Amino acid sequence: MNSPSQNKPALKLSRHSRDFANKVNSLAHTDTRMCFQCQACYNTCPFVGAMDVTPPAILRLVLLGEDKLVLNSTTIWTCVGCHTCSTICPQNVDMGAVMDALRQIALERGIAPAQPEVLIFHNAILDSIKKYGRTHKLEIMLRYKMKNLDLFSDMDVGLKMLAKRKLDMLPSRVKKIEQVRRLFSYSNGKSNG
Amino acid sequence: MAKKLPKRIPYFPGCSMATTAKENNQSLKAMCESLGHKLIELKDWNCCGSSSAHSLNNGLAIDLASRNLALAPKNRPLLVACPSCLLRLRHAHHHLCRDYEARSQYEKTWDRPFDPDLEIIHYFDLLDRVGLENWPSLKNLRGLSFVAYYGCMLAQPPEMQHYQAHRGLMEKALTTLGAQDRPWGYGARCCGTFLSVVRPDVVAPLVDEIMGAAVQAKADCIVTACAMCHLNLEIRATAKRKIPVMHFSELLAIAMGDAGKKDWFSRHIIDPIPLLRARGIL
Repeated sequence: MNSPSQNKPALKLSRHSRDFANKVNSLAHTDTRMCFQCQACYNTCPFVGAMDVTPPAILRLVLLGEDKLVLNSTTIWTCVGCHTCSTICPQNVDMGAVMDALRQIALERGIAPAQPEVLIFHNAILDSIKKYGRTHKLEIMLRYKMKNLDLFSDMDVGLKMLAKRKLDMLPSRVKKIEQVRRLFSYSNGKSNG
Repeated sequence: MAKKLPKRIPYFPGCSMATTAKENNQSLKAMCESLGHKLIELKDWNCCGSSSAHSLNNGLAIDLASRNLALAPKNRPLLVACPSCLLRLRHAHHHLCRDYEARSQYEKTWDRPFDPDLEIIHYFDLLDRVGLENWPSLKNLRGLSFVAYYGCMLAQPPEMQHYQAHRGLMEKALTTLGAQDRPWGYGARCCGTFLSVVRPDVVAPLVDEIMGAAVQAKADCIVTACAMCHLNLEIRATAKRKIPVMHFSELLAIAMGDAGKKDWFSRHIIDPIPLLRARGIL
C-alpha cells in the first residue's frame, strides 16, 4: 500500500523561502500563512479563467519560496483588486494587497510581466497623472494603443464614446501640478514602460 | 456615525465623474441639493491614483491620495462618489492613522496636522442618514423594474471592513420610490475595471453574463452607483438584447423632481430615453 508520495522526501524549506514570504507579508500588511487552502477565493474570482496560477496556489507558492514561478505568472497582472476574495476569505488574507506586493517585487527585480499590456496601461495612467494631476482618458487610450502597437482594435468603442461626449479633448488639470510631480520623485514613481 | 451632516459638504469628484460620467456628477449634485446639501468641490483636487498607482507603487498611491486629504477642510466630512476613489482615500487615511512615520512625513509635506477624525463618506452614507423613506414629496418611479448592481463596491480589504458596506441600500431606496426590485445573482460581480481596456476578450463575456442575467430577471434596467461599472456594462455588452444602465443618482434626481435634464440621458451609450418615456418617468 505504499503510495509513491510516501517515498518522496519531506518538503524542505530553505531560508530563502522564508525570506520571500516575509517580504510579501510585510509589503502587503497581511499574513499569507493564515491561508488553509479552502479555495473560496478561487471560487469567487471572476478572472481565474485568465490566470495561469490560481490565487490560492499563489499563496502556497509564496510560502514555499517559489518566487520565480509566482513573479512570472499572469495571475499577478490579471488581478484587478476587486476584493471579492478578501470579502469571503475566512482567514482575512488580503489577496489584493498580496498581488500588489508581488507586482512591485517583480518590477524591482526587473522581471518582464507575463501580461505586458497591463504594465503599459498602468504607466500610461501614471504618466497622465504626472503630466496633468488627473487622468486624461483620450490621451491615455491613444498612448496605450500606440505603445501596444494596436491602434485599430476597439475603434468602434472609442468612436461611440466620443459621440456620447465621454472622452474630453482637453485634459482637466491640477493648478499646483508641481506638488503632484514632486510625489513621483519621493515615491520613485518612475515609469516602468 | 450618526453625526448630522453639514449643509455644505466638501466633495471629491474624481476623474471619472469629472469627465466620462458627467451625467453621474450632475445628477448627484442635483439629488444632494434636493436633500438640502450642497456639494462643494475640493479645490484643485488630484487623481486618487486609481488602480494603477497601488498596482505599481504603494508609496505613490498613499501620497497621491494624501494630497487630497490635506486639501479637505477641517471638522467636516469629505464626500466621495466614486467607489474606487473612496477606497483609495480611505485606505490612505487608514494607513496614515496606523503608521507614525507616514504621518510625520504627511505633516511635513503638506504643512498641516493630520486629522485622524476626518470622516470620508460615500453618498450612500448621506442617504442612509437622511432616510429616504421619511422624505416628503418624492416623485414616483412606479412601473420601473430594476436589478441593483453594486459591482465590487461592497467588497473591502479585510483591514477596512469596519466601514459600513450598505448592502441593499439601492434596493431599499428605489422600492421606497415605488420601483420594483428584481432579485438576481450578479449584484456583486466585478465589472472588470481596467481589464476592459487591456483584455476586452476576458471582460466581454463577463459583462455579457451580467447583462444576460439582468435581462433574464425581467428587469427594465440595471442600476449602478459606480461610473466605471456603468461604462464597462455599456461598452462591453455584445449581446443583442441589452437593457439601459442607469446611474443610481439619476433615478434619485428624477424622483426628486429634476427630470428635466435630458442631457444626462443622451450621454448614455444604451439609450434609456424610450424606456423612461414608456414608464411615464420623463
